[in-house]
Amino acid sequence: MSENSLTGSTIQAPAQLLAALRQLLPADAIVDQPEDLYPYECDGLSAYRALPMLVLLPDSVDQIKQIMRLCHQHQVPVIARGAGTGLSGGALPSPDAILLSLARLNSILAIDPLNRTARVQPGVRNLAISEAVSQYGLYYAPDPSSQIACTIGGNVAENSGGVHCLKYGLTVHNIQQLTLITAAGEELTIGGRGLDAPGYDLLALLTGSEGMLGIIVDITVKLLPKPEDIRVLLASFDSITACGASVSQIIAAGIIPAGLEMMDQLAIEAAEAFVHAGYPADAAALLLCELDGTTSELDQQVEQLHQLLMQAGATEVRIAKNSQERELFWKGRKAAFPAVGRLSPDYYCMDGTIPRHQLPAVLQGISDLSREYDLAVANVFHAGDGNLHPLILYDANNPGELERTEEMGGRILELCIEAGGTITGEHGVGIEKINQMCVQFNEHELTQFHAIKSAFDPHGLLNPGKAVPTLHRCAEFGAMHVHHGHTPHPELERF
Amino acid sequence: MNTKIADQDLGASLAEQVGVAAAERRPLAITAGNSKAFMGHPVDADTLDISGHSGVISYQPDELVVTVRAGTTVAELQQLLIEHNQHLPFDPPHYDGRATIGGTIGCNASGPSRPYLGAARDFVLGVTLINGLGQTCRFGGEVMKNVAGYDVSRLMAGAMGTLGVLLDISLKVLPKPGFEQTRILKMPDAASALQWLGQQSGALPLTAACYTNQALYLRLSGSKAGVSQAAQYSGGESSASDSFWEQLREQQLGFFNDPRPLWRLSVAAMTGTDTDIPGDILYDWGGAQRWFLSDASAADIRTWAGRHGGHASCLRNRPTDVSVHQSLAPGLQTLHRSLQQSFDPHHILNPGRLYPESEHKQP
Ligand SMILES: Cc1cc2nc3c(=O)[nH]c(=O)nc-3n(C[C@H](O)[C@H](O)[C@H](O)COP(=O)(O)OP(=O)(O)OC[C@H]3O[C@@H](n4cnc5c(N)ncnc54)[C@H](O)[C@@H]3O)c2cc1C
Repeated sequence: MSENSLTGSTIQAPAQLLAALRQLLPADAIVDQPEDLYPYECDGLSAYRALPMLVLLPDSVDQIKQIMRLCHQHQVPVIARGAGTGLSGGALPSPDAILLSLARLNSILAIDPLNRTARVQPGVRNLAISEAVSQYGLYYAPDPSSQIACTIGGNVAENSGGVHCLKYGLTVHNIQQLTLITAAGEELTIGGRGLDAPGYDLLALLTGSEGMLGIIVDITVKLLPKPEDIRVLLASFDSITACGASVSQIIAAGIIPAGLEMMDQLAIEAAEAFVHAGYPADAAALLLCELDGTTSELDQQVEQLHQLLMQAGATEVRIAKNSQERELFWKGRKAAFPAVGRLSPDYYCMDGTIPRHQLPAVLQGISDLSREYDLAVANVFHAGDGNLHPLILYDANNPGELERTEEMGGRILELCIEAGGTITGEHGVGIEKINQMCVQFNEHELTQFHAIKSAFDPHGLLNPGKAVPTLHRCAEFGAMHVHHGHTPHPELERF
Repeated sequence: MNTKIADQDLGASLAEQVGVAAAERRPLAITAGNSKAFMGHPVDADTLDISGHSGVISYQPDELVVTVRAGTTVAELQQLLIEHNQHLPFDPPHYDGRATIGGTIGCNASGPSRPYLGAARDFVLGVTLINGLGQTCRFGGEVMKNVAGYDVSRLMAGAMGTLGVLLDISLKVLPKPGFEQTRILKMPDAASALQWLGQQSGALPLTAACYTNQALYLRLSGSKAGVSQAAQYSGGESSASDSFWEQLREQQLGFFNDPRPLWRLSVAAMTGTDTDIPGDILYDWGGAQRWFLSDASAADIRTWAGRHGGHASCLRNRPTDVSVHQSLAPGLQTLHRSLQQSFDPHHILNPGRLYPESEHKQP
């Protein structure tokens, strides 16, 4: 499957719709010239590109409501876009759909230091929230590596994680209220100012819904007090298995680090060459472990952890002496993707999650696939959560290499499912992993997803074709696959 | 010393019962320990008894995940976890040992630690459920991070069985803190207590905070050194026993022994304490959950809660003409109905349990 052809032409917006939009929005909020549309042709998954019908850049909730009503009336699909850093093609445009950018809704509306919440617009960048509330000794915990660029709206739509999610949870654990504009242009308040709301937990359902159920236009996030003290340890290992095993030992010892990240040799080399973090260049794997809490508590934990890592076979354990060194330790990890990007013309980032004890077996599987496909893989993990980011290095200019990469990526995901895990821990399904959804879910489950979608968006106008595959698509894909030992959709004809 | 919880899988038979009921359009009242009847409306229908479907399907302490059948009791599960120095951080009520995991998730029941460690829904990783057609489906999984498909597992938390019969549930568990200490700080009134919490609590390893009887109760959790440092900082007296929190969680404190209707107010923690509605308040969850004993009208109480961005439920001694939960805004109500239909098209799963049938009728 490769739907990565570059679509150079788009479908004209219905004249009436366009006229109504021109009345509603200032001229600079409507992008319709082909040359101006190109910057929007893809998100972070650049192998897939298409031009949208139009790009709209509203700057108020009211405009969004009107846009949704008009699109509903004209039955024109709408695809939401935050910063376009998504890695699964969730914000990939379609020639017959309007791309709705939330970038101009970028105000922090209110900060409530006593209740420890902030109300923000969807286009606010993740890091900007922590920066704005820092003066109150607070921060917003989920911190994707893309946090300088990605928007909080995109974070909610993807249920994004970050290095601090092991201890502080994902986006879903750190938001309290949303305003949603439905496909029909209706405004709904989801959640509340308290810790729960009456009725169904729509806040959970909407988090991670990939722009399929509504447009998120207002978000109240929870803030946390900055910890009194932070320590970071960097442990080197001469075997990746020992490094992986040490992760389980840390957890088994009752320590929940604020962050626990692992990198393999290729990722270490790349990061070192890029940002000179002082990583041990000869290590087979390294583990970065951040602890936070009160000083007296940490003194004791750091000691315990140091011993534990040495016993687990670490060849060296460094403890950051001050905040500069701490930041340096993290810098290499945070820059790992672009660093790997320098090693190769293109890279493809996978996002499977597995039970931690399966790490050695899955790593072995990945390395076997790497040999089979003759494509190098650098591994970066949110090790504490078992969330793997194998980065497959390829060159799209070599004919057939992208297709080989995608096929190999698909097999890595299936390896994750076999290991009891999932095809996506935080990057979402988008368009990228849509086939693997057929492997992870059976027909009833997929039907249930479609029914949920219909409850919100009966005409299928929001981000059509993403996140949940049709049964028909699965039947075609599933011809080669089995689910839980059964061929999926036995009632459907196979070709 | 391993606790053995008898394992019994009734999944196939339960799915069959739901399938038959769906075919006959015959509603079912889903019940296990029946410890939380008061959290919703009674359902007048044949019983679907989950209690026999119990046992631990898998538990790997260093994965921080346990998968249990819905009929397993909270007490049994906590016992098993404690043997491995772990616990369910949301600390759900046990209700005389009758509370089951299915009911706990179905009601999203969380104890005093909720504002600091998370609610029941925050620890749900995956579920196997039977939908209203009798089909068994699995959502989520046994890993910490999973965004494949909509988050149906967490949606089940608080849905009170109206979206599906929970069969098996995977929960995240955490190491139990090494030390805990309860501090009691005398405070003249609730406003001072909330103000103190707003300003000071960020520096403390708090896992519970409650104001009642002119005293602010704090639970500090963590390492021995961390807790004693925090205790010095917080001041107050150390409490001789920790049973306060259990009695609070189980609604066994003297406060709850009262003939007046018991309201649960869920509002922003720092919401003001001055209300002219007569009654007595106990502040739990650092102010975010307020237990309110009052004979005042439901409309007055709910208007007050709504004005503060929250909601009010009437849980005990409820007047017959008052519904348990606060009504939804019209747009949300319609969406709830469509969503409910998407799981249970024949409307047979616990009809009327969450909202009275009169509120469910198509407009
Ligand atoms: C270098 C790099 C590192 C990354 N690291 C991480 C990481 O550590 N953890 C992680 O989780 N992700 C990571 N990502 C992925 C990505 O940054 C996140 O998924 C992020 O949340 C996307 O935000 P965005 O604003 O760019 O959204 P976009 O890419 O614009 O959109 C993402 C999806 O959300 C929808 N959407 C956007 N805004 C709205 C809205 N307001 N209402 C409804 N739907 C909306 C879109 O339709 C699309 O489906 C990384 C990406 C890169 C490029």
